[in-house]
Amino acid sequence: MDNIIIYIETEGGKISDVSLELLTKGRTLAGELSCKLEALIIGSSVEQHTQELFNYGAETIYLAQDKRLEHYLTLPYSAITIDLFKKERPQIALFGATSVGRDLAPRVSSALVSGLTADCTSLEIGNHKEAKSGKEYQNLLYQIRPAFGGNIIATIINPDCRPQMATVREGVMKKEPLATPVKGVVKVIETKEIIKTEDFVVEIIERHIEERKIDIKGSPIIIAGGFGVGSKENFNLLYELASVLGAEVGASRAAVDAGFAEGARQIGQTGITVRPKLYIAAGISGQIQHTAGMDQSAMIISINSDPNAPIHQIADYAIIGDMNEIIPRMIKSYKLNSK
Amino acid sequence: MTKKLKIVVLAKQVPDTRNVGKNAMKEDGTVNRAALPAIFNPEDMNALEQALRLKDRHPGSVVLLLTMGPARAAEIIREGYYRGADGGVLLTDRKFAGADTLATSYALAMALKKMHPDIIIAGRQAIDGDTAQVGPQVAEKLNLPQVTYAEEIVGFEKNKLVVKRRLERGVESVRTPLPAVITVHATAPECRPRNAKQLMRFKHARTLTEEQDNEHNSYLPVISPESLRIPEWGVADVGGEESHYGLSGSPTKVKKIENIVFQAKESKRLTSSFEEIDMLMTELISSHTIG
Ligand SMILES: Cc1cc2nc3c(=O)[nH]c(=O)nc-3n(C[C@H](O)[C@H](O)[C@H](O)COP(=O)(O)OP(=O)(O)OC[C@H]3O[C@@H](n4cnc5c(N)ncnc54)[C@H](O)[C@@H]3O)c2cc1C
Ligand SMILES: Cc1cc2nc3c(=O)[nH]c(=O)nc-3n(C[C@H](O)[C@H](O)[C@H](O)COP(=O)(O)OP(=O)(O)OC[C@H]3O[C@@H](n4cnc5c(N)ncnc54)[C@H](O)[C@@H]3O)c2cc1C
Repeated sequence: MDNIIIYIETEGGKISDVSLELLTKGRTLAGELSCKLEALIIGSSVEQHTQELFNYGAETIYLAQDKRLEHYLTLPYSAITIDLFKKERPQIALFGATSVGRDLAPRVSSALVSGLTADCTSLEIGNHKEAKSGKEYQNLLYQIRPAFGGNIIATIINPDCRPQMATVREGVMKKEPLATPVKGVVKVIETKEIIKTEDFVVEIIERHIEERKIDIKGSPIIIAGGFGVGSKENFNLLYELASVLGAEVGASRAAVDAGFAEGARQIGQTGITVRPKLYIAAGISGQIQHTAGMDQSAMIISINSDPNAPIHQIADYAIIGDMNEIIPRMIKSYKLNSK
Repeated sequence: MTKKLKIVVLAKQVPDTRNVGKNAMKEDGTVNRAALPAIFNPEDMNALEQALRLKDRHPGSVVLLLTMGPARAAEIIREGYYRGADGGVLLTDRKFAGADTLATSYALAMALKKMHPDIIIAGRQAIDGDTAQVGPQVAEKLNLPQVTYAEEIVGFEKNKLVVKRRLERGVESVRTPLPAVITVHATAPECRPRNAKQLMRFKHARTLTEEQDNEHNSYLPVISPESLRIPEWGVADVGGEESHYGLSGSPTKVKKIENIVFQAKESKRLTSSFEEIDMLMTELISSHTIG
């Protein structure tokens, strides 16, 4: 009763980073609320993970193991989660904002008629006074999330329903094992009593790894590289920065012509037009045919070794220097400061 | 196999939050939400295309749109007509106002119970609320299976529908019985363009509310024939518990909204030293531009 349950996701036989990040955060929250931190793990052979969960502070592990549950399936996984939450009545339940978490959590919240906040980037404990009724609430979970395409940050609360449920974005919280693991308990969930054959009506017929399609237009952050990046290998720096920032990689025509990047990434007059929240142009001179496709971006950062490069004129921040030094520094700084 | 299907596409009218250029910005550097145009939610367009492709392959099928919103959201139904849909319903009532995703999905589910679809196709996520929760919650409320993150509805196999899903690290194909709820991802094919004939035929499709408004306001009233009437449903039409709708049916409350401030209008020059880059990154993080 009244504890915190973290849904633990596994991928390729490993616990997902986001689940460990949530356990780390969960320890702080449980400390503030003086309640227990608990974990729910579902799969076909998940026993092997219990020690790691203890290392991260889970005091109780609810373990649902069944050979039919090797891969995530909405219906049986949600049946188990709903059943556990009904019995254990956690005050808070957290999920990773992954394709699994964002499939499972809404289904569970709907069945429990309990609110769910999507894609949080921060969680805090705080009080609340209802303006109309004057009713006061203590120790609510403040669920802080970007919305409106990242143009606003909303703090959402769930005053009256339990559990307070949220999905949390991967990589925004710190992941830190304990110096000494907790001595917790494992509680085995009898899956046969909960899941029914009808829960397997949706079958997986094939799974395979496939490169993602390029979707530059829909991305709020774009890291674009030009001829000045120098090579296809050097472009990997841009992909690395893009992956930490959750961004897409774009390119100038000269970079595409030189074979550094795919044609689908070209931005400009003969490429695509973008208006992201943040555009970082590295090794791009800033010819009009390029800027025509990006000068409406809300914020522009230019990186160019030539102080007179025209791209610096339209930038909000102009960094003069070698992108091969600057991009790794940006990555390092982001990793240091974002947690 | 010729199967006649009844397909309902869930579509939301949203402010275009994706491409906020400098002209949608207020003096203080925050986004002027009122200046953003109202559009057909992008992933709902992908959803509509999947529905129209099913209709192409299964002649005699019907594609209907269901949208919940204010009077002007009737535009969603007209847009659907222009692209080849057969009609739709505007779910509109003051009592729906202030709904979070649970109350939204309750209202949509109540309307869907009246429509008896074989397939419900939604977008994965709306670009204003940004939650991706409504699809799965509608499925739960109707006690139906769900297939999220769909990139392609492949077709029928053993009387079940095969759907290809786009996940973080790859693709997965699943087979689901019908009825089911499918949510469509942005990597699915774009929607076909408007059809000129459909546009001419359906541009006068109106809700009763629009019709009455038109009679009062327009100097050239266009009375649309009964066949072009877009139905409007409210709580009284779909039934259900009043307390489950709108604000009272919404467990989540917005406590605070903070506008992101986009700073630095004039260009600032920086060297490549770690200290200066570190300062820039810290500023970007604290203004929520990144992270
Ligand atoms: C009809 C027409 C249509 C076109 N359409 C497009 C279009 O859609 N999109 C497009 O992009 N272009 C388009 N172009 C081409 C455009 O005119 C430019 O040639 C092109 O944009 C230049 O690309 P760039 O800036 O990457 O290369 P360059 O102009 O060669 O610039 C490279 C820059 O990198 C800098 N640099 C070098 N090394 C480094 C380093 N280590 N670190 C940092 N900076 C470094 C240099 O100082 C230089 O400023 C079009 C041209 C025409 C005629
Ligand atoms: C800043 C802000 C933050 C919010 N945060 C949350 C939150 O964390 N949790 C929460 O429960 N609510 C939240 N809401 C409320 C939520 O946005 C509304 O309930 C909204 O009506 C539906 O959610 P969505 O826009 O996220 O849709 P999604 O769940 O992202 O939409 C998925 C799909 O469902 C269908 N759909 C959604 N709405 C409609 C509609 N009106 N008509 C037809 N089809 C539709 C569409 O096919 C759409 O593509 C928030 C609202 C704001 C303004």
